[in-house]
Amino acid sequence: MTADLTVKADPVALRRRRALAPSRGGRPWTFYVLAALFTLYVIALYGPMVCIYILSFQDVRGGLVFPMRGTSLHWFVDLFTQVRTGDVKGAFSRSIRLAVVVTIITVVVSFMSGLAFRRRFAGDTVVFYLMIGSLVAPGLVLGIGVGLICNTLGIEASWYSTALGAQLSWTLPFGVLVMFAVMSRLNNAWEEAARDLGATAWQTTFLVIIPILAPGLVAVALFGFTLSYDEFTRTLLTAGSLNTLPLEIWSMTLNVTSPSLYALGTVTTLISFIIIGVCLSSIARIQKRRAVGPGAH
Amino acid sequence: MESKAKGGGSYVGWLLILPLVLILVPFFIVPIIGVVAASFVQSDGFGGIIPSFTFENYKSVFTSALTYQLYWATLKFTVFAWFFSLLIGFWIAYFLVFHVRNPLLALGLFLICTVPFWTSNIIRMISWIPLLGKEGLINSALIKTHVIDQPLDVLLFSSLAVVIAYVHQLTIFMIVPIFNSMARIDKRTIEAARDAGASRFEIVRFIVLPLCKTGIALGSIFVVSIVMGDFFVVKVMSGGGSASVVGAFYEDIGVLQYPTAAASATILTVIVLLLVVAILRTVDIRKELTR
Repeated sequence: MTADLTVKADPVALRRRRALAPSRGGRPWTFYVLAALFTLYVIALYGPMVCIYILSFQDVRGGLVFPMRGTSLHWFVDLFTQVRTGDVKGAFSRSIRLAVVVTIITVVVSFMSGLAFRRRFAGDTVVFYLMIGSLVAPGLVLGIGVGLICNTLGIEASWYSTALGAQLSWTLPFGVLVMFAVMSRLNNAWEEAARDLGATAWQTTFLVIIPILAPGLVAVALFGFTLSYDEFTRTLLTAGSLNTLPLEIWSMTLNVTSPSLYALGTVTTLISFIIIGVCLSSIARIQKRRAVGPGAH
Repeated sequence: MESKAKGGGSYVGWLLILPLVLILVPFFIVPIIGVVAASFVQSDGFGGIIPSFTFENYKSVFTSALTYQLYWATLKFTVFAWFFSLLIGFWIAYFLVFHVRNPLLALGLFLICTVPFWTSNIIRMISWIPLLGKEGLINSALIKTHVIDQPLDVLLFSSLAVVIAYVHQLTIFMIVPIFNSMARIDKRTIEAARDAGASRFEIVRFIVLPLCKTGIALGSIFVVSIVMGDFFVVKVMSGGGSASVVGAFYEDIGVLQYPTAAASATILTVIVLLLVVAILRTVDIRKELTR
């Protein structure tokens, strides 16, 4: 999915694209039509979200629609102090801890799987389609299945065990697909050179492959974290008695009709944006260092 | 690690793939088997099961008129969501790849499109309320400009709202793979076609579209499987007015009718997998992904 994140940022690829830019001279009329479509799309993408961020800053008289009624942080305080809005603080901390664990496992396992898929091995096609199956299977069906198995085996479902596994069955296929895109740019010659210079397999992996793939691994981490942090359908029936944040938001949409809901939206989006910002800027920093450093490729 | 690629390659490959398999087996294979098994047992009516083999659950699912209504509704949403996300996604990707000349700007605009993907879907869904609601921005704007004098009910809590929410969430799944395919098209091919006298429309129809097949297929797999497996967008955005296949068996779970729910779930999974296989038959996704 994010193949382009890294592919496009490759300075060599960028230069090549510029040299072969398709249109020269005046813009065709289609440019203006499509530019208008693009603008409308971006407005539709962000417009609604911006509305709820603005509305979450109303004061105590606030309602679910415009016009704004006063400005205050009332609904943010309300969110974390009222009993009626549920255990938001607990859900937050559970979701973040779960997302961190999912991220670590996703990065490590996707990296290993990416390496494995570079060469053919017995049964590789089976594993590949297993992964695609796990990606497309309806989340709630897997949830029911995990629930049934737990019942049968007498295991109690909880957010840190069954929900963790259920989320991995979704983040791992994504992570491996991103790894495919990243690995397709890995030149075997670098590895062979390392080996010819006497590097052991471990040294080749940790001193050559991992540094080269670093931006891609950050992209996998971004997927792992955000997909877990926002995961709903697979977690719904597997989290046991304690809610993760999306489940908390879900139950709030059913019984809370105050701007608290919007305040929660603002807070959780802020966290997502921080994660996205950290990941994208670290990818950019790695790329920049490569472009100017002596080891530029 | 890969030094033994020639001789023991398979064994190293298996060692590397083992963690993935060890997670997918208990959290994908076993639950699916569990659901299929549960669909063949009898319910005792109190949330328990009677261990016996029966086709009753399938019989009751297939003979119920409700089942066909649910699938019809879900298929309709799938087709609409697929069509609009493909239409918008294709042209957005086309704009970014072929019309934006500065590649850094194209990358920036592309990232602008992808950022919401990494934020909460539920939040993005409820964020339509202040816009589409009865007293929402669109209705009040239309009333102020005297286009209408009664607020439109059809905007929120309707099938239209469901389709809007799907397209809003899923277009990105089309943009990214199609963008990826388009960016790989050798620009010289297009210049050659232009030199040979092809019109812009012909270039799109006979060069760009065929070369984007993989991207379109990948995007379609995501959109189709997500809409077919969804229930909360339908539930929230239709205001309870529309049901979905998954929503129906989620309610079965609520009343502890596990075997019936399992039968519905099995049928749905089979249908989704068949659709995905049908899409996969049009392209060799693995070859395209790993090339």
